[in-house]
Amino acid sequence: MGSSTENSAFFPTRNPWDTGRVPGGSSGGSAAAVSAGAAPFALGTDTGGSIRQPASFCGVTGLKPTYGRVSRYGLVAYASSLDQVGPIARDAADCALILQSIAGHDSRDATSLPDAVPDYSAALTGDISGLRLGVPSEYFAEGMDAGVRAAVTAAIDQLAALGAEIREVSLPTTQYALACYYIIAPSECSANLARYDGVKYGYSHQGDGDMWEAMERTRQHGFGPEVKRRIMLGAFALSSGYYDAYYHKAQQVRTLIRQDFAHVFEEVDALAAPVSPVVAFPIGERTDDPVRMYLVDVYTLPVNMAGLPAMSVPCGFSNGLPVGLQLIGPHLSEDRLLNIAHTYQQATEWHRERPGI
Amino acid sequence: MFCGCPADYQAAEPNTRTCPVCLGLPGALPVINRRAVEYTVLTGLALNCRIPEFTKFDRKNYPYPDLMKGYQISQYDLPLALDGFLEIDGDTQLGLGRRRIGVERVHLEEDVAKSYDDRGEGYSLVDVNRSGVPLMEVVSKPDMRSAEEARQYLTLLHSIVQYLGVSTGNMQDGNFRCDANVSIRPVGSQILGTRTEVKNMNSFRAVYQALEYEVVRQREVIEDGGAVVQETRGWIEEREVTVSQRSKEYAHDYRYFPEPDLPPLRIGPERVAELAAELPEFAPQRSARFQADLALSGYDADLLAGSRSMANYFETTLTLRDADAAEVANWMLGDLARLLNQDHREIDASPVTPQRLADLLALVADGTLSTSLAKTVLEEMYATGGEPADIVREQGLGQISDTGAIEAAVAEAIAANPKAVADYISGKDTAARFLMGQVMRLTKGQAQPELALRLVQEGLELQKTRGSLEP
Repeated sequence: MGSSTENSAFFPTRNPWDTGRVPGGSSGGSAAAVSAGAAPFALGTDTGGSIRQPASFCGVTGLKPTYGRVSRYGLVAYASSLDQVGPIARDAADCALILQSIAGHDSRDATSLPDAVPDYSAALTGDISGLRLGVPSEYFAEGMDAGVRAAVTAAIDQLAALGAEIREVSLPTTQYALACYYIIAPSECSANLARYDGVKYGYSHQGDGDMWEAMERTRQHGFGPEVKRRIMLGAFALSSGYYDAYYHKAQQVRTLIRQDFAHVFEEVDALAAPVSPVVAFPIGERTDDPVRMYLVDVYTLPVNMAGLPAMSVPCGFSNGLPVGLQLIGPHLSEDRLLNIAHTYQQATEWHRERPGI
Repeated sequence: MFCGCPADYQAAEPNTRTCPVCLGLPGALPVINRRAVEYTVLTGLALNCRIPEFTKFDRKNYPYPDLMKGYQISQYDLPLALDGFLEIDGDTQLGLGRRRIGVERVHLEEDVAKSYDDRGEGYSLVDVNRSGVPLMEVVSKPDMRSAEEARQYLTLLHSIVQYLGVSTGNMQDGNFRCDANVSIRPVGSQILGTRTEVKNMNSFRAVYQALEYEVVRQREVIEDGGAVVQETRGWIEEREVTVSQRSKEYAHDYRYFPEPDLPPLRIGPERVAELAAELPEFAPQRSARFQADLALSGYDADLLAGSRSMANYFETTLTLRDADAAEVANWMLGDLARLLNQDHREIDASPVTPQRLADLLALVADGTLSTSLAKTVLEEMYATGGEPADIVREQGLGQISDTGAIEAAVAEAIAANPKAVADYISGKDTAARFLMGQVMRLTKGQAQPELALRLVQEGLELQKTRGSLEP
């Protein structure tokens, strides 16, 4: 879990562009492997940005599908209403191939969508003329790294040059998404991780004491600090006397976030924005301040809240570190997003850049 | 409830009815069992409940080794059925007549695994077969006023779920369970007293006894100047008492929240109407109809209507053979029931089908078999599953109604029993019956009894005449 892969059970993964820096998270290992050329593609899971953000930090292409597009059966559950599996690869064309293989209805996942899967590769026409592309003003606010702002803005200009019609739009609920996510995801997580008690499978701490003590020690030693933090947050948010003020309220805000996007997609076909306000930061820089770590995901979280598909596309560098352009679409518009990314990648070379290792 | 494993957990070897879903393995997801939802809606309808259009499942979170996921998928605030009732006769000893007992709600959830704490020192065993089996919970309102009323309510509820085919309703097997909440209050008070929850009652009788015991116990507590503690108490069958089950664990906050892995359900009025059309005529109505239309006694009608399969068997037999309802009832509740009970078999497992029973009764009606012979044939039919006509033919059991054949036996009986003949002549009419019995024995029970008696009497009269003619 987390936005830097520093919470890994094994060890922190290093960014191939600068091994003193994080690869992003939580699918940082997958993004780093593809970026370093160790794998042609990888799968990641995106609950609050965990495919898009590491893809942007590592200069590779990543896609989070519409919630329910890819089955969650077999995926260790973190936040059931937010989790989605998606591809991380070198370009949109590869992502299209992988998505083709993993998308579709699964009768073992009751949240899996019944909709037919289109031919994603056939959708890569390379033509985006007339595409109405929205730029949400709230995603370009203060606090963004200047190099990130420059690279993303240039990318949007490039898309305009390729035929897209750029429009300014507004998503007023953007500021609430972080708080909303950090109530809903930990709440669902606290229940999803309850099964890991060492009684049935997995790590089990042996020692003196009764069963309850053994369970507590298993979880004490078996879970990392960020996971424990989220379990505690979640249990608190769901507890008697607090449920209405936190969990219930967050779900209501979530509906508003969804409505915000639905409203905007009446005017435009897709949105372009940064993936993260920053580029890859040094290992250890944000580990002491969890909230500062959470802020890295402010632009990716709203997408999960609304269940929408989104991509991260390499669009430049800031101080030698990759920057990602985020493309967001309405439900089940993966084909459209892949085509926008593909068209951009036909006209640019950022996705072909390789780290020196 | 959320996977495809068979629900026959009692019969199966431990941990053989499992899969990743009911084991709660990482990555497993639940999928709703449609029929379980339909059964619950049917039960709600049978209990006169309202079926809300929108319903959902929720997670009930608490840690325990028999709860595989660390949460139970249940229903919290939006259950499948609400606000129903059942009509009971009422406890007449308390002066209470027929009235409604409210049903608060009917909801659906998954069962947990089964723990065995008694197998050894320092460990417990868990059988996961039962995990994930659908549980339907019917919660009544505190409208019952005595253990007798509780018994009436349970009996009726039991009959309804059996009739619907929703449950086999066997308390010993754990298919029909009961937890009871009971409180007492001063006569005339409108405020309910502090209640205790009583668990571990494994039969209707246990429920009755436990409630009676608990009422007395609570009364003694209050009369001694104390107050009833709100707690869970277990019924101990061997000692016929309830004991407190308060443990040192703090009370659980279940932290209910809507189950994100399952979409909510919309059950529209059209679907509810379709399901309502599936409702059968229940036992009380069916029994009433048997009494009114078929002139059966209340006792017999209640027995026949008691289970849906019994009632169906009865009505099928009646249609197959335009028979006397009382006659069919007698055979079903008498000899057939005796045979089934010996084997602990339900009537749907009877080798004697309605068709065969009807055929047997036809053989009695046309004189081929006497009633007592028919009983023998029935036993053979039950043992072999054979057709009555075949059995009669194979065993030569056809009733003898040929006068000549019987007369030979009569002559033999008279010749072999001079004392009986003398008794008859001297006025003991009962001797004729004795001789008739001998004739039946000689004809291996196949002589038509009425004919045998008549011929015996004729033969004896002849003896009398001859005797009186003797010098």
